[in-house]
Amino acid sequence: MSIVTVQLGQCGNQIGFEVFDALFSDSHCPQGLCSKRENEAYQASCKERFFSEEENGVPIARAVLVDMEPKVINQTLSKAAHSGRWKYGQHSCFCQKQGSGNNWAYGYSVHGPRHEESIMNLIQKEVEKCDSLNGFFIIMSMAGGTGSGLGAFVTQNLQDQYSNSLKMNQIIWPYGTGEVIVQNYNSILTLSHLYRSSDALLVHENDAVHKICAKLMNIKQISFRDINQVLAHQLGSVFQPTYSGEGSFHYRRNPLGIDWQVRPPLSGLPTRGKMSLNKEFHFNTSIANLVILRGKDVHSAELGAFKDPALYTSWLEPVHAFSVWKTQRAFSKYEKSAALVSNSQFLVKPLDTIVGKAWNMFASKAYIHQYTKFGIEEEDFLDSFTLLEQVIASYCNLGF
Amino acid sequence: MTQSVVIQVGQCGNQIGCCFWDLALREHAAVNQKAIYDEAISSFFRNVDTRVVGDGGSISKGKICSLKARAVLIDMEEGVVNEILQGPLRDVFDSKQLITDISGSGNNWAVGHKVFGSLYQEQILEKLRKSAEHCDCLQCFFIIHSMGGGTGSGLGTFLLKVLEDEFPEVYRFVTSIYPSGEDDVITSPYNSMLAMKELNEHADCVLPIDNQSLFDIISKIDLMVNSGKLGTAIKPKSLVTSSAGAFKKRQEKPFDAMNNIVANLLLNLTSSARFEGSLNMDLNEISMNLVPFPQLHYLVSSLTPLYTLADVNIPSRRLDQMFSDAFSKDHQLIRADPKHSLYLACALMVRGNVQISDLRRNIERLKPSLRFVSWNQEGWKTSLCSVPPVGHSHSLLALANNTCVKPTFIELRERFTRLYRKRAHLHHYLQIEGMEESCFTEALSSLSALIQEYNQLDATKSMPAEELPRLSIAV
Repeated sequence: MSIVTVQLGQCGNQIGFEVFDALFSDSHCPQGLCSKRENEAYQASCKERFFSEEENGVPIARAVLVDMEPKVINQTLSKAAHSGRWKYGQHSCFCQKQGSGNNWAYGYSVHGPRHEESIMNLIQKEVEKCDSLNGFFIIMSMAGGTGSGLGAFVTQNLQDQYSNSLKMNQIIWPYGTGEVIVQNYNSILTLSHLYRSSDALLVHENDAVHKICAKLMNIKQISFRDINQVLAHQLGSVFQPTYSGEGSFHYRRNPLGIDWQVRPPLSGLPTRGKMSLNKEFHFNTSIANLVILRGKDVHSAELGAFKDPALYTSWLEPVHAFSVWKTQRAFSKYEKSAALVSNSQFLVKPLDTIVGKAWNMFASKAYIHQYTKFGIEEEDFLDSFTLLEQVIASYCNLGF
Repeated sequence: MTQSVVIQVGQCGNQIGCCFWDLALREHAAVNQKAIYDEAISSFFRNVDTRVVGDGGSISKGKICSLKARAVLIDMEEGVVNEILQGPLRDVFDSKQLITDISGSGNNWAVGHKVFGSLYQEQILEKLRKSAEHCDCLQCFFIIHSMGGGTGSGLGTFLLKVLEDEFPEVYRFVTSIYPSGEDDVITSPYNSMLAMKELNEHADCVLPIDNQSLFDIISKIDLMVNSGKLGTAIKPKSLVTSSAGAFKKRQEKPFDAMNNIVANLLLNLTSSARFEGSLNMDLNEISMNLVPFPQLHYLVSSLTPLYTLADVNIPSRRLDQMFSDAFSKDHQLIRADPKHSLYLACALMVRGNVQISDLRRNIERLKPSLRFVSWNQEGWKTSLCSVPPVGHSHSLLALANNTCVKPTFIELRERFTRLYRKRAHLHHYLQIEGMEESCFTEALSSLSALIQEYNQLDATKSMPAEELPRLSIAV
């Protein structure tokens, strides 16, 4: 059961490297705090999932690297090769000479169609190497031009070509105070397009990860490497194998699996009038929570608090909204570790902020000529705004 | 990786260009210790096997054989170009990539633009096509010229239209030296005004620079060097004005110090496109992020640090000082006060051992004292390039699209009007075929329209930022 990763743009490729490195390091960790047999099963599962084997035994990441200019890919390839422990496939990259210029329209409307065949062929080759495909993991940022625009295009193509496979997009939410001036435009265009073609959007905010580095890890001079490594660590703790239904030694669960997504009741959502008076508005309202426990005492962990109805929207029973995955095998030498993946209102505020800023800029028509130059018209912007306002409204309504 | 071609026009353009190539070689020599022709160097240089006669002989990989600048040198007088071709940099230039004449443009925009323009159009096209053919992926033309004279101003701006027609997909970045108030060329207001219209219409991005600001920077440095109060010596290579370590070891010419500043500007501008870093910024991103409306493409630049002290220890306080300096009047390459005007957008291009947290800390610190237009409150574009410039451990180039350019344009308009009202020297222009009074009036209205745009933006400065009503959705 394998996952094919697509790394897009500078951000996607820089993060992708750290993710594979973290996965590899963890799986080869001798101190798994479990039996040898357990460790071997875990290792084998991780290996099959993320790496393929080469003749001389060096694992090759199941990844396709895409960027519209060569500097970052070259760096990524050499970093991996230098480590000597794993590497990227020789022919797994697609590169051009001139980037997307932070222009979503250029990434989506120019690079996309131009390189569609080459990129999809590369992905197809990677898919063929898998015995069975779990799905795709696409790493991209929202703020730039390649990750965002070309990423949206590629995801759409994956939806068309592999409609039965799961697609999860790892989205990097830019710092609130500018990395790129047109980041809000690029973000809303990305999100609105991904909403139509992706199965799940896993979000990491640069601001949030930055805070982790500063406050929890006390790093003085935080670099993007630090940020990416924290991110990779988090992703590793989600993606590494966990027991499937059969229990220990059986690692067949699909980490991209949609058993943490929830469908609204067939009878329709309740009208706003009904408000549970018992609810104290302490928590973000969730529609799904997934807890992943690794290491010592996982079977005796007390998870009752996660089943509190106050956490969830009124039309959901906690038992349908909450899942837990476990393994006794420790992650990255941590005796006990836990990860939480949540589909909740946490994103409402950041999303609302981005939509607001983009709307403000759109009203003045600033920078629009850069997009219309490549075929993204004002209507496309309006469509994106409409879709995202609906998303915000839907999430807000969960609180009732 | 993309390539850029530098087109240096006129006396000023060629003198600056010469300093640029000198410093570019110095920078690449410092980074590229093994003398391998890599992608970074290929952005500005070709690698040529000089044993091969004729046009072939381009080598794309391997050891450096002979580097040739991707440049076209244009001047309607022979003096400056000849000097370059006899100087220490003679081997860097391809002798076929020159266009010269003998008579000069007589400080007359019309002669440069109309007479020499039509005379040399074919040759110009041919040289440009040749340089484009030598490029794998040409991304940008850098035009260097002055506004006040005849060749740089007239022929330099004639070029822009040619480039736009012939290479519409390639960016046109223009580095323009604006005349200062005490300029000794009487007709410089006419030349500058006529050139402005061309810049308005055919340039993607303009970096206006004035001699006075460069001069002030030099005075400031001299003061520091000679004051001796710091006790420690300044690293010679780190002076933004020096060519220490470069080819031109001979005595520096009077304008060299000033030209080196401009040369350093261009090197820093392109550093993130040439070298690696954790947050790259390509040249096409400059235009995308800093030009919100096509006409408003004038960027105010400032460079820090101007020098590095010899002691190696750089506490973060000094790093923060670098950011503060970038926003001070003293470091701008054009007389302007961005802090008291309105920012439309700002780019910070950092080189060296600076991380994202340093960048963020300083943006947070400086933001409250800067005024950004209401629809771009977070209008920052940032880049981190790991390779520092020669002689420094880190540096910062700030490019601002700010209404503070307005006074320069208003002053230009005033000086123009004073001359034009009296119709002084007008006959020199009107006697040139293709020139009419309408050329002047059109140029004037083009500049006035531009000033008006800036005025409208400035008017919003004092208005409170209004929260526009969002789309309301029926759920």
